[in-house]
Amino acid sequence: MSVNTLEQPQTAEPKPATIDKLTIFAWSGELDKIWPTLILATAGAAMGKETTVFFTFWGLFPLVKNEVRITGENWMQKMLSMMNRGGDEHLKLSKMNFAGAGPAMMEHLAKEHHVASPHELMDMAKEMGVHLIPCQMTMDLMGLKREDLIDGLEEPAGATKALADAQGGMTLFI
Amino acid sequence: MSVTIAMSLNLKALSCPMPVIKTAKAMKGLLPGQLLEVFATDPGSVPDFKAWAQATGNRLVESSEAGGVFRFILKKKEF
Repeated sequence: MSVNTLEQPQTAEPKPATIDKLTIFAWSGELDKIWPTLILATAGAAMGKETTVFFTFWGLFPLVKNEVRITGENWMQKMLSMMNRGGDEHLKLSKMNFAGAGPAMMEHLAKEHHVASPHELMDMAKEMGVHLIPCQMTMDLMGLKREDLIDGLEEPAGATKALADAQGGMTLFI
Repeated sequence: MSVTIAMSLNLKALSCPMPVIKTAKAMKGLLPGQLLEVFATDPGSVPDFKAWAQATGNRLVESSEAGGVFRFILKKKEF
């Protein structure tokens, strides 16, 4: 009696090198969180890493076009966009926000120190081929439509696609 | 034989991560073995360029400082 084995014969060929990947889960929408997210994403791309940023929950709001004011279908979603304005020119600080004075000072300091703004970094990320993927489920939850969001993003996707992209690479949750 | 620098970048005053990003973009236009010279003033660019070279396989031939200006010479990796 012979037994079939599923085991593959050993070959001398080396395993293919794992792809150097960086996946960032951008969960936060504040200026001081989205900024390092974009700094790390562009730096990762500059290092030749296949870089993906998956924007979910509060992280979606920086992707809203600056000129879009109220988003959503029902009063709850509309209220959410009232209270939490989207767009990369309207981001708040997670501490010392002082009704917008904090971000204004931070942006002033950044200009003085020649630090690229989140807007410039977002453009740079697109140019460098960083995959910018909005989360479909949270878009639906928050009432954000594809046309509310900036251009240059990839098709909205789900958690499985995000995890599949992240597989075997470096992951950050910001 | 003198060493020829194929391209020179002035990245003075720029802060992290821009010096490395602009360098990475410029490097794409070079041929393997060619040299890229970079001037920067961000002190963080010293460890950043060292790490970037290690990660990408490009060689950091020179890393020096004079009067607060850092000079890096990078050699594009051969295939």
